[in-house]
Amino acid sequence: MSDQDTAAAAQSKMQVSDQEMIRITQMHKWYGQFHVLKDINLNVNAGERIVICGPSGSGKSTLIRCMNRLEEHQKGEIWVDGVELTGDLKNIEQIRREVGMVFQHFNLFPHLTVLENCTLAPIWVRKMPKDEAEEIAMGFLERVKIPEQASKFPGQLSGGQQQRVAIARSLCMNPKIMLFDEPTSALDPEMIAEVLDVMVELAHDGMTMLCVTHEMGFAKKVANRVIFMDGGEIIEENVPDEFFNNPQSPRTQEFLSQILAH
Amino acid sequence: MDTVQKYAPGEHPDLKPPIGQTGVLLWLRKNFFSSPFNVFLTLATLYFLYLIIPPALSWMFADAVFVADSRDHCRELGDGACWGFIEKRLGQFTYGFYPLEERWRVNLTFVIFIFALLPVLWDKMPARRKWIWVPLVFPFVAAWLLLGGFGLEDVTTDQFGGFMLTMVIGVTGIVCSLPLGILLALGRQSDLHFIRWLCTGFIEFFRGVPLITLLFVASTMLNYFLPPGTSFDLLLRVLLMVSLFSSAYIAEVVRGGLQAIPKGQREAADAMGLKYWASMRLVVLPQALKISIPGIVNTFIGLFKDSTLVIVIGLLDPLGISRASLSDAKWQGLSTEVYVFIALFFFVCCFSMSRYSIYLENKLHTGHRN
Ligand SMILES: Nc1ncnc2c1ncn2[C@@H]1O[C@H](COP(=O)(O)OP(=O)(O)OP(=O)(O)O)[C@@H](O)[C@H]1O
Ligand SMILES: [Mg+2]
Repeated sequence: MSDQDTAAAAQSKMQVSDQEMIRITQMHKWYGQFHVLKDINLNVNAGERIVICGPSGSGKSTLIRCMNRLEEHQKGEIWVDGVELTGDLKNIEQIRREVGMVFQHFNLFPHLTVLENCTLAPIWVRKMPKDEAEEIAMGFLERVKIPEQASKFPGQLSGGQQQRVAIARSLCMNPKIMLFDEPTSALDPEMIAEVLDVMVELAHDGMTMLCVTHEMGFAKKVANRVIFMDGGEIIEENVPDEFFNNPQSPRTQEFLSQILAH
Repeated sequence: MDTVQKYAPGEHPDLKPPIGQTGVLLWLRKNFFSSPFNVFLTLATLYFLYLIIPPALSWMFADAVFVADSRDHCRELGDGACWGFIEKRLGQFTYGFYPLEERWRVNLTFVIFIFALLPVLWDKMPARRKWIWVPLVFPFVAAWLLLGGFGLEDVTTDQFGGFMLTMVIGVTGIVCSLPLGILLALGRQSDLHFIRWLCTGFIEFFRGVPLITLLFVASTMLNYFLPPGTSFDLLLRVLLMVSLFSSAYIAEVVRGGLQAIPKGQREAADAMGLKYWASMRLVVLPQALKISIPGIVNTFIGLFKDSTLVIVIGLLDPLGISRASLSDAKWQGLSTEVYVFIALFFFVCCFSMSRYSIYLENKLHTGHRN
């Protein structure tokens, strides 16, 4: 198969379906008196790859943390995989096991080996037998290209390797949606590529992804929509080509000129 | 002048470090003789040790009398320590007033205790899993063996004494206060106001009151609070107070550990769908407890030594026994021997705990922090 064929095959897998995974309507959030998210409206269908960008403090992290209720919102509705995340949610764990999350600082469990990090949730949340969980975990560690590190502790790995473990750990739960919060911004430049490669592959496999990142190359390559946030609002939302070449709002233009300047 | 050899860039081989930069002599020079003042300190210390250690050793061993019938007999045989006294009273120091013909039950309890300890403390024990039930049933077996009933002769707790009493108080206190302390620490961080206030109040109360006061409360006042007619064993009350007291300390030590765990750990556990207790048990507590080991062991050692305070309410721990036996006319004036002996017992126990905690810390160390 030629490169083009592979690319085409990948593209065909990256189809967006009309099945709705996330719907956020008129959502507001406050930290005390501080109005951090204002009137957020967002629909995400299965298979979409959405990149969220914006200046520091604009509420990007808060927004995606609301989607698995690491943060609580105060107004509006958030539907994830058909469940509404408002009020006193007894079964929030049920949503969370379908939503994987990758953090800026990896948040691996330092007292567990890489393999144990990966099998923890499948064993204790999905009640999977240990052997099966380990087999699946090894599969994903191979996919992120570090099977040989399985018995090491996170503290013994490089940043890029740790982040790949974190991605594998999320994938072991077989999530329907993956949330990424600046997965590469704590990494040295030469490690960014290895993590982005894994994420690109994931996108090609058809995963629904929401990714807060300033890696515009990644956005151009895999995103089907780019969202720009500022001051707690979604300012602009467009397909990557339009977003980068023809930004509408002055704030987007300013932001793009800043991050693309160097 | 040295001949300096040049290498092409990238071709430099690994060389041996220069002579005199490693080894015993260097270590000695660096640590003991690095400056005139340091030399002085080293020599002064050596002289000081020379003054103390040989006489102490000859008092304890060379000139000591190990078997004798009375103090005067001792003095005839040698002018060192009179261990003969300890030897005569060893039974009482160990078992208190536990009936002579039932002492095997105490011994057996101790042997089982060792077997119960092994699977808990030693993670590489062969077939550890097969032994793990021993520590679980130990408390019941121990209570049965020590107190009697079900075919064994009854022994009342006022007959307990000596090192055995210390061990009973120390081990019960440690075993009960750790889980209770952990629960209190978690409760103090709870989102539920009621639980948080309850735990905070409990901790502050038991930390703010001297143990002696609590022991007096246990021995006298507790009767007022209990319904009339119920009798509540004194030792049991003491065990309760000691456990509650040290659980408050454990709670604060563990809370320190909990606070040192980055928020991201809880978040990662939550994001995977782990519930509160699972994320505590699998993610947060293993890390928090590991950090807290020095503080926890510190509290345990304190508890173990504080068990001697029970003397004030009339329980006969080793100090109580020694006070009683020192008043024996035949053996008067031997308090040094007795206290050295008791100090040795406590030192061995506490030092072992300390060493074990260091071993545990090293074992749980998993690569550098980040
Ligand atoms: N727990 C909190 N309590 C109060 N204010 C908070 C809290 N967390 C975040 N904020 C504030 O909310 C705003 C949005 O924060 P958020 O972390 O979502 O920004 P961000 O867009 O992710 O920024 P960055 O690019 O720096 O990660 C910031 O002004 C921040 O100071
Ligand atoms: Mg952020």
